[in-house]
Amino acid sequence: MSKIHVSTSINGDAVEYLCDPSETLLDVLRNRVGLTGAKEGCGSGDCGACSVELDGRLVCSCLVLAAEAEGKEVSTVEGMADGEKLHVLQQKILDHAALQCGVCTPGILVAAKALLEKNPDPTETEVRYWLAGNLCRCTGYDKIIRAVMDAAAEMRGA
Amino acid sequence: MRFESPDTIEQAVELLNTCDGISRLLAGGTDVLVQLRLALVEPDLIVDIKNIAGMRNITAEDGGFRIGAAVSGAEMGEHEGLVALWPGVVEAMELVGSTQVQGRATLAGNLCNASPAADSVPAMVVANAVARIVGPNGTRDCPVIDIPVGPSKTSLAKGEVITSIYLPARPDNSGDAYLRFIPRTEMDIAVSSAGVNLTIDSAGVVTQAQVSLGAVAPTVLVVDDAAKAIIGTKLDDDAISALQAACSAACNPIDDKRGTVEFRTKTAGVMAKRAALIAYSRAGGSK
Repeated sequence: MSKIHVSTSINGDAVEYLCDPSETLLDVLRNRVGLTGAKEGCGSGDCGACSVELDGRLVCSCLVLAAEAEGKEVSTVEGMADGEKLHVLQQKILDHAALQCGVCTPGILVAAKALLEKNPDPTETEVRYWLAGNLCRCTGYDKIIRAVMDAAAEMRGA
Repeated sequence: MRFESPDTIEQAVELLNTCDGISRLLAGGTDVLVQLRLALVEPDLIVDIKNIAGMRNITAEDGGFRIGAAVSGAEMGEHEGLVALWPGVVEAMELVGSTQVQGRATLAGNLCNASPAADSVPAMVVANAVARIVGPNGTRDCPVIDIPVGPSKTSLAKGEVITSIYLPARPDNSGDAYLRFIPRTEMDIAVSSAGVNLTIDSAGVVTQAQVSLGAVAPTVLVVDDAAKAIIGTKLDDDAISALQAACSAACNPIDDKRGTVEFRTKTAGVMAKRAALIAYSRAGGSK
């Protein structure tokens, strides 16, 4: 099978890769680019653990073909921290102990960041609906929601 | 599998028309990628249409809007003019999947996937939406109601591509709404659903109406008897009861894990009743 050459941008860096036509963006991020933050939970767009932004739009990377990233801008959880300094959302997830196994956490961080870029002052209901496609089997969600609300308040104040 | 991302619709049609094996069109990919993953289909050719001019645009046209085949649900929800003109169609599309799925899923894709439970289809049908189709024999327009012919089956011929969906202009004092029943609040597939579009006069009397049902038959249903039950009324209790009864009478659902025949038949009528009341309110009627 002939491979497809893709030139894209990941977290602001120019990246090139060769991929199979049927390979997903998630597979390429994890297996070819070495960015393992995005997780495969379901592989069918139900769980949100593979969330990334594609040209600024929140998507499941398991539902994107790697070949589609040609000329696009991809943002993953690895791009959130500024060197050693965590993003406010990352710090708040830790402060609120809003994770247990951690498989859903990268997807939730990327999704919550996309929400706060669009709506810096969401209601709790808006946060819950926005994150409805990010499944967590450990926490019961409440701490996650509180962490996102707290991060939103701090980011508004900052 | 070959992956092609042509720049023109003519190239896309040529690729699809000359493919001897199985081909799939890729717009949002939220159904196609799941089918690939589950090995429900093993295509020889994938044609991504997102690089074709116009596919990602919402364009005002003759008082309505033309929605390109690769416009996502999220983009529809962010378009103020479209939300103002056809709120029921937008709310139906926005019920499909999660925020992540909304970032990719398209109206045309929801139609072509041809699920009996597709949320946007009952809403498009009552809106008299028209699909523009380009194929080996040129361009044609086809009412959305005539696209699905059964579960996972459409009336599109080999090589034909839906390039846009047109939502027409509508008279003043019109409203539309879509509701579905699911056993949770998000992330589910309709057990039953209803779309209603209506227009009222200055006295609040319904002058024209369309009523449709989803997930209660192999394809979307248009229930003329339900529309007749409310035309000429102010949606009084008798008219609403007649609409509800007509909807339940039209149902021809299956039993499955998501709902029984009896439950679907009952809830379809309830969804239609509530959707009619929302549409009436959006048209400016007060009760």
